[in-house]
Amino acid sequence: MPAAKTIRAIGHRTINAVWRIGMATRFFFLTLMYSGSSFRRFHLIIKELFSTGVMSLIIIVVAGLFVGMVLGLQGYETLKRYGSESALGVMVALGLVRELGPVVAALLFASRAGSAMTAEIGLMKATEQISAMEMMAVHPIARIVAPRFWAGIISMPLLAALFSAVGVFGGYFVGVVQIGVDEGSFWAQMQAAVDFEHDILNGVIKSFVFGTAVTVIALFEGYDAPPTAEGVSGATTRTVVTSSLVILMLDFILTAMMFGGS
Amino acid sequence: MVFPKGKLITIMGLSGCGKTTLLRIIGGALKPVKGYVKVDGQNIHELNQDGLYDIRRKMGMLFQFGALFTDMSVYDNVAFQMREHTDLPEELIHDLVLMKLHAVGLRGTHNLMPSELSGGMARRVALARTVALDPMLIMYDEPFAGLDPISLTVVGDLIRRLNDALGATSIVVTHDVQESLKIVDYVYFMANGVIVAEGTPDEIRASDKDFVHQFVHGEMDGPVPFHYPGGNYRQDLNLQA
Repeated sequence: MPAAKTIRAIGHRTINAVWRIGMATRFFFLTLMYSGSSFRRFHLIIKELFSTGVMSLIIIVVAGLFVGMVLGLQGYETLKRYGSESALGVMVALGLVRELGPVVAALLFASRAGSAMTAEIGLMKATEQISAMEMMAVHPIARIVAPRFWAGIISMPLLAALFSAVGVFGGYFVGVVQIGVDEGSFWAQMQAAVDFEHDILNGVIKSFVFGTAVTVIALFEGYDAPPTAEGVSGATTRTVVTSSLVILMLDFILTAMMFGGS
Repeated sequence: MVFPKGKLITIMGLSGCGKTTLLRIIGGALKPVKGYVKVDGQNIHELNQDGLYDIRRKMGMLFQFGALFTDMSVYDNVAFQMREHTDLPEELIHDLVLMKLHAVGLRGTHNLMPSELSGGMARRVALARTVALDPMLIMYDEPFAGLDPISLTVVGDLIRRLNDALGATSIVVTHDVQESLKIVDYVYFMANGVIVAEGTPDEIRASDKDFVHQFVHGEMDGPVPFHYPGGNYRQDLNLQA
C-alpha cells in the first residue's frame, strides 16, 4: 500500500522532527544551566571568542564592503530616477543596519563559525573526547558547549555591527568617491534619518537573536552527531542549512514586529 | 564478576561480545537492564549525577585510541583533571604532570600536541592522564589495539607497574591474548554478553573448553564458526541443485 507507506514515512519524519526540537530545547536549557561554571572559567570563553569572532573578521569585513558597494551602486541608480541621490546615505545605512547587516553577517557566521563548531564537537564525540571528559567527572556541556555558546552570542552582534560599518564605507566609496554624490548630504541625511533606538538597537536585537539561534543549532548538531565521518559531515551540512532557514524565518518575524507598522 | 582491590583483571572475548559495554556500565555511562554494579560499596546506578561524578573522580579510564583532547598540549591533557578537581597551585601541578609523564617515559613530550605523537606515545600520554589523580579503579578499553610490538610490551608493562604502584584495581578489556596473559592476575571470558570461562592465566592456557582453546590459540574454526550464517550457497550463486 503506497499511500500507507507515505503516511507512515510522513508520521515518522514528523515525530523525529518534534523529538529533535524537544532535544534541542532541553540542550539549550542545559547549556544555560551550566553557563555559571563556564563564566568561572572565563579564559575558555575568551579562547572561543577568538576562534568564532576574530577568525570570522576577514569574511565579515570583505563581504560587508562588497554588499555596501553594491547597495551604493544600486541605490544610486534607483534614487537618481526620482532625483533623490542625496538620500543615498540614508538608504545604504538603513538597509545595512536594519536588514543586511544582521542577516548577511548571521548567514556568514553560520557557514564560517557555526559549521566549524559542529565539526569540532562532532569530531570530539567521534574520537571519544567527550566520553573521556564525562569519565573524568567534568560535564561536557559546562566545559565544551557553554563557552562556545556565550562566545557565539557575544561575537555575533559585534560582527553584524562591523559588517554594517564597513558596508556604509563601501556605499560611501561607490556613491561619493566614485559617482560623485555630495559628501555633506550623504553623511548629514544619514545622521538625521537613522534613529538609534528604532534602527540601530533593533538591528542589534536581531543579530543577538540570530547569534543565539545559529550557535544553539551548531552546538546541538555537533553534540548530537552520529560518531562517524558520515555523521559529522551530515551534521555540518544540517547546521548551515537549518541555520540559514531559521535566520530568514526569524528575520521576517522580527521585522514584522519591529518595523511592520511603521 | 568480582574485581578485588589491587588485582589486574582482564575481560576477553570476541569483538562485539559486550566487553566495552560492560566497562561503560561500570563507569555509569550506561544503565544495565538487569543486575547491578557496586564500586567501593556504592551501587553506581542508584547515584545521582553529583554522586556519580564523585565516584568517577576515583576512577580512571583509558580509551581505545587514547581520546586525548586535541586542542590541548600533552602537558595540559595530563594537568586537566588536576585543574578541574583540585585547588593545587600551578607550580605543584607542573611537578606532578612531569612526574606522571616521567612514569610513562614521555616527560620530554610535554610541549607537544597530540597530533605530533605516534599511536603508542598517545596511548602512554593518555595513561599518564588516566592516573593523574591516583584512581582506585582503572579501566582500559583495548589498550593494545593497533600498537607495534615494542609499544605493546611497554604499555602492558606500564599497566602492571602502575596498578602495583598505586595499589589500584585494574580492569583490562582486550582480545590480545598473549600480551594480557603475561601481565594479569585473573581472566574472564565473555561471549554474547555472558561469562563463558574464568581463571588465572595458567588455568586459561590449560583450559580444555572448546571456546577458550579456539580463542587462546587463534584457531579459524570451532565454536565460533568461520562463516557468518547465511542461506544456501548454491542458491545464492543461482546454481541448480
